[in-house]
Amino acid sequence: MPPEASTLAPRIDHLMLILVGMSVLIVSLVSALLIVFSIRYRRGSTAKRGRLPEWVSREIEIGWTAATFFVALFIFWFAAALQGAQYKMPKNAMEVHVVAKQWMWKLEHPNGRREINALHVPVGVPVRLVMTSQDVIHSFFVPAFRIKQDVLPGRYTEAWFEAKEVGTYHLFCAEYCGTDHSKMTGGIVVMPRAAYARWSRGVDEHGTLAQQGAQLFRQLGCTGCHGQSARVRAPSLAGIFGRRQPMEGGGFKVADEEYIHDSILQPQKDVVAGYTPVMPSYQGIASEDDVVRLIAYLKTPNGGSVE
Amino acid sequence: MSPNTQEGIVDRELRSPSYLQNGTTIRSWLLTTDHKRIGILYAMSITFFFFLGGIAATLIRLELISPTGLFLTNDEYNRAFTLHGIVMVWFFLVPSIPTTLGNFLLPMMIGAKDVAFPRLNLMSWYLFIAGGLLTVLALIAGGVDTGWTFYTPFSTLYSNSHVLLAAMGVFVVGFSSIATGVNFIATVHLLRAKGMTWMRLPLFGWAMYTTSLVMVLATPVLAMSLLLVVAERAFGLPIFDPRSGGDPLLFQHLFWFYSHPAVYIMVLPAFGVVSEIITCEARRRIFGYQFMVYAMVVIAVIGFMVWGHHMFVSGQSAFASLVFSFLSFVIAVPSAIKVFNWTGTLYRGQIRFSAPMLYALGFIGLFTIGGLTGLFLASIPIDVDLTDTYFVVAHFHYIMVGGSVSAFFGGLHFWWPKITGRMYSERLAQFAAISMFFGFNFTFFPQFIMGWMGMPRRYHLYAPEFQPWHVMSSMGAVVLAFGYAWPVFYLGWSLFKGQRAPDNPWDATGLEWQTRSPPPKENFDRTPVVTDGPYKYHPQDSTPHEVEQAQAPQVP
Ligand code: HEC
Ligand SMILES: [Cu+2]
Ligand SMILES: [Cu+2]
Repeated sequence: MPPEASTLAPRIDHLMLILVGMSVLIVSLVSALLIVFSIRYRRGSTAKRGRLPEWVSREIEIGWTAATFFVALFIFWFAAALQGAQYKMPKNAMEVHVVAKQWMWKLEHPNGRREINALHVPVGVPVRLVMTSQDVIHSFFVPAFRIKQDVLPGRYTEAWFEAKEVGTYHLFCAEYCGTDHSKMTGGIVVMPRAAYARWSRGVDEHGTLAQQGAQLFRQLGCTGCHGQSARVRAPSLAGIFGRRQPMEGGGFKVADEEYIHDSILQPQKDVVAGYTPVMPSYQGIASEDDVVRLIAYLKTPNGGSVE
Repeated sequence: MSPNTQEGIVDRELRSPSYLQNGTTIRSWLLTTDHKRIGILYAMSITFFFFLGGIAATLIRLELISPTGLFLTNDEYNRAFTLHGIVMVWFFLVPSIPTTLGNFLLPMMIGAKDVAFPRLNLMSWYLFIAGGLLTVLALIAGGVDTGWTFYTPFSTLYSNSHVLLAAMGVFVVGFSSIATGVNFIATVHLLRAKGMTWMRLPLFGWAMYTTSLVMVLATPVLAMSLLLVVAERAFGLPIFDPRSGGDPLLFQHLFWFYSHPAVYIMVLPAFGVVSEIITCEARRRIFGYQFMVYAMVVIAVIGFMVWGHHMFVSGQSAFASLVFSFLSFVIAVPSAIKVFNWTGTLYRGQIRFSAPMLYALGFIGLFTIGGLTGLFLASIPIDVDLTDTYFVVAHFHYIMVGGSVSAFFGGLHFWWPKITGRMYSERLAQFAAISMFFGFNFTFFPQFIMGWMGMPRRYHLYAPEFQPWHVMSSMGAVVLAFGYAWPVFYLGWSLFKGQRAPDNPWDATGLEWQTRSPPPKENFDRTPVVTDGPYKYHPQDSTPHEVEQAQAPQVP
């Protein structure tokens, strides 16, 4: 059986065991009846037949319909309760950005450390994955953690886990994505906290994700419009992350990762109320990795408030 | 043997020729509007596709014996499983029972001379052939590598294979489904014999009717989604491409809106076949006829509301997932009812273990396992872990291959004497049924286990710890392949050398058995009148101690 390496895994397995138990019970019941009837009522046997007993009636039919319905309801309720836990993202989780492309995984730690087809994480710390794809749909699947989440182009999807066992576990792409789909695999390396701290100190010479983002913000000309001394009228991006922005044409949008992502690659999609949509699309200019960095920068307390 | 035999032989020259003798030129077959001959045309075509899909399956199972592959490249492997899926789903499973047994039997079971639109019926076969040709062309041109699901944006923007040809093939074959569906609906509504009320319809008739409803309502959505794929791939119209504001998930919603109901297109007919076989071979009225009917109707309706259970990890909202999960549990109830009722039908019967009965009993077992594992996948937390692994592969093969294909083979044997006018060797057929059952379990049970261990589906290369399970599965596939190929020999032999079949060799009550084997072109020598419900194998509330003849078969 697969290792139970995340805090979620035993809970999923618990539900799984209940379902296996129930299935074994029902299959045994049905096959026992099939076999007993088959032997007892084989053609020409001397078993008693004649008048059918009272219970062969409409009532029994209604009875077992109701019974199955309640069993179904019970499992649904049980599973739904667990689903809540599965989706509730713990606060203060360590954030890892995942960019998938045919046929590799690029993983970026908050401190700027980058990995390909491998992810180092500390044991006992919740990790939040913020994922997007550069081309087709992929799926981030770690059987030992019992987690799977499709990774879509043009969107951020999220998943989380908290590893509870040191070791190396399979990372698979679970959504068929073309030629080398079955080679789009990697390893999740769960390390003791101290070892992880040492590992992550071997920082990238490029600086943290946010620092790299700040650099890009200048290089890509964002400052030209969004800077304080810019001549074009564009909204200030200082403290933008998490803010509720009024939209042209009514309504509000919360500036989350997805919103900022789309603001950069498809600026026409959501226009801030009161501004002319002059921002150019950075499609083809800023890669998904670049966008990840820009977002990391805009998320910092004084991100976006450059001179 | 029933007394009809003698009479049949004496009268053979006096009455009109059987549908087989009524014109023997190729032309008389290719331009026929006789529902029985169209059923035969379909049977030959889907047999071809069944073995084509089977060859692909063989390649896949061979290749997976080793974690690093044996003789295929990644691309070739991807093309093999795509071919297997497309051919098996659209060119074998969906048409299998409705277009062969359904075409042949439905009009006879309701006492009609033909379907409501005989020419539309012939056209549906030509559409099927046209769609099949396009797909075979895609194969010859080099194949397709999108999987049978055509997920975007891979299929529209990234695949370098013959997606357009294959999509057009499936698009066209969809219309043959729709034509068959429309035809059956009209036939059941308009052409029932005098006295054949709705609640006297044999369950096979109900199965065909509900299946047709699903075909007519769901297939247009498949056509639409494939057209959108063509629009984006061929004409660059951005519909699914997120870089231009499209939505790749839109395709999945459309696709599963068809493809989940399609599961019921594949399995409802099997319910019908199994009900006919079990009642006849156990000499029992069906347990809870009305519940059996309602169950099929409910399944057909709710079948349209559960497509989102294929998308729990796709990024769809958690609330939507919850609703789809709930409805998926609800739809399990009528399916369970059917299993209980078939089992109940055996109670106090006079059971004969003929080959069709063995197939039917095998169906119940495999369908039960397939259905129960469906509940695993309807539970969101478990589905998150198991979806896109071999667990899902095993689950739907239990339903669609263990279930529907067993039922198809059961029906084929059961009605073989009626269709061909020949008997087959019972012993050889029982052997085939048993090897199919065991072969199937050997092949697919290990896949549940490796799925649970985390083996993703559509993987050519895989981690070595999964190898023992793959080897087991491939060994089982040898037995299974034998189970499928073996009937070709003894049924082929029966066609030419088999004993002449009497009109009603199993002493069944259905109207189709009250005419000659093989039937005349007009089905009945005299138009039947129905005076009672189906399955009159014994009086209402007492079962006989001795094997009796069916009570009062409907007299023409
Ligand atoms: C030509 C001037 C111009 C440039 C260059 C530009 N922007 Fe913008 N940007 C705008 C304008 C005008 C708006 C407001 C209208 C709209 O929402 O499209 C805007 C809106 C935004 C928003 C949404 C702000 C909100 O308040 O909701 C974000 C985020 C953003 N830009 C980020 C960037 C980034 C990052 C860059 C550099 C890669 C960039 N922009 C480059 C002009 C520009
Ligand atoms: Cu993949
Ligand atoms: Cu489904």
